[in-house]
Amino acid sequence: MTHAPETHVAPQADHADVQLTLLQRIANLRAWLFLAALIIGFEVWARADFGGSFILNPFNLQSIAIFAVVPLLLATGQTFVIISGGIDLSLGFIMGLAAVVAAHVINWAGGVMSLPMAVLTGMLVAVGVAAIPGLVNGLLVSRLRIPPFIGTLGMFGVARGVAFLLANGTTVPVRNSFLSTIGNGKILNIPYIVIIAAVFVLIMHYLLSQTRFGQHNYAIGANEQAARRAGIDVKNHLMKLYILSAICAGLAGFLYAARFSAGAAQAGEPLLLDSVAAVVIGGASLFGGSGTILGTLAGAFVIAVIQYGLVFMNVKPFWQFISVGVVIIISVLIDQAQRNYGGGRQSE
Amino acid sequence: MAEAGKVSEPLLEIRNLSKNFGAVQALQDMSMTIAPGEVVALAGDNGAGKTTLIKAISGVYKPSGGDILLRGEKVEFASPQEAREKGIETIYQDLALADNLSIGANIFLGREPMRRAFGFLPVIDRARMAEAAKTTMALLDFHVNRMEAPVSNFSGGQRQAVAIGRAVYWNAQILIMDEPTAALGVPEQRKVISLIHQLKAQGRGVIFISHNLQDIFAVSDRIVVLRRGVRAGERRISETTHDEVVKLMVGG
Repeated sequence: MTHAPETHVAPQADHADVQLTLLQRIANLRAWLFLAALIIGFEVWARADFGGSFILNPFNLQSIAIFAVVPLLLATGQTFVIISGGIDLSLGFIMGLAAVVAAHVINWAGGVMSLPMAVLTGMLVAVGVAAIPGLVNGLLVSRLRIPPFIGTLGMFGVARGVAFLLANGTTVPVRNSFLSTIGNGKILNIPYIVIIAAVFVLIMHYLLSQTRFGQHNYAIGANEQAARRAGIDVKNHLMKLYILSAICAGLAGFLYAARFSAGAAQAGEPLLLDSVAAVVIGGASLFGGSGTILGTLAGAFVIAVIQYGLVFMNVKPFWQFISVGVVIIISVLIDQAQRNYGGGRQSE
Repeated sequence: MAEAGKVSEPLLEIRNLSKNFGAVQALQDMSMTIAPGEVVALAGDNGAGKTTLIKAISGVYKPSGGDILLRGEKVEFASPQEAREKGIETIYQDLALADNLSIGANIFLGREPMRRAFGFLPVIDRARMAEAAKTTMALLDFHVNRMEAPVSNFSGGQRQAVAIGRAVYWNAQILIMDEPTAALGVPEQRKVISLIHQLKAQGRGVIFISHNLQDIFAVSDRIVVLRRGVRAGERRISETTHDEVVKLMVGG
């Protein structure tokens, strides 16, 4: 074998015209397709059952939106964490902690300042207190290299205990008329808490889709090593990430306190898994690297429509669990199908 | 073994570089040069010191002794980032890309360009990333029309091209490629070889590590052979054979 270096390499131009496959497109939109199918399903059912409309009923729309608000905020924070390849199990009780703190602070501050100022103070303190377990989560995951599942499970217990201690094991009622106005009032038929949540979710959408923080979050979820080699400060990013998700839970806790004029330690307990479900239905992969806030928005509404719709149709509430469970499984199956057949590499 | 004929100043010169880990001498008195437009292959058995050498050049390890000269100027790197800023880029076989992001996003990862939407809101300038990616990849004879597709949609060789494209965009003068063909099928290996030819034509220096002598002979100008941390020999590719190189590697 001789060796003229230039022989067997013909410089060949490479034309890569990659199209998203149909499967990828469907997978990316699956939460919205679910949502549309559910709404159509309930509409048909309602008309057949008693000749009324499900979705054209403004009261239903309002109720679903209110129903979706608090889980949606948790799911928004969870979306960021899951995209990074982690999970935050502590969000539910961080939310409960924030709700209890908000209730106490608003009651206390109501005695020394105007009612709206007391509410504002309560919100800021609640979000600030919520950030503390988030900071600890961030430290555990980024500096001490504890897997997110375990680190946040530990914080789940700590936040739970502290929340119940602060609430003295009971529900803390709030006496503040301004708070209940925020929690139950509306403008142009749109509840205030829905407006607050919409603004917040919009900001989070911007943060994830348009900023370096969001871009780096996707990169870390796909290939942490590559992100580090590209010069991204991964530790610092993870710190911010877990604080951010805790802040989402903090705001969720405040809105809970506003809606029910009370703080309860167990407020977020059933919502944790709903938040994970909303993210997964919304198209994120639990392996990290994919997901969007708009997908999660649809995912949260899928759950809210199922839960509210079944109540509306007078079905035993236990069917909610079954339906949400089935939707989660279908959603994960679509994700896997896409992984195996849709987005695979062309060679190897 | 003085190199005759090369007039141009070397891009990179390594003088008597040593690296020890405790009592283990991983690299001893290593010297080599790379001229602009030159491809130098590093060969040697496992544990010969190839990886130690490139890690010392790219700022991962601090050498225990010896000098690195970049265009005749002595340099020291505290981190890979510093080496990269001076134009020395390492292309890793597998771990270089975020699969879920587009070519542009990978090229600009960690250094994303920003613009102001509505005159005030800072957002990532995706149009600029796509445009720069398109021109850069065209330099490598890689033409993509749909710039938003994630790189997971591309083949192994195309993904190597993206990693090389990132180095080229950031104006790397010396590219260190560690086994760039190892995980690829034959057509894909050819693709990478032709990419290296293009880097050469652009006057960049390439350090090419491979176990595959066929690839080494296809693309390199010179080959430096290491054995147990020392330089076992250096040959011009046009003046040596597979057999001679293998002998140098195993010490026959």
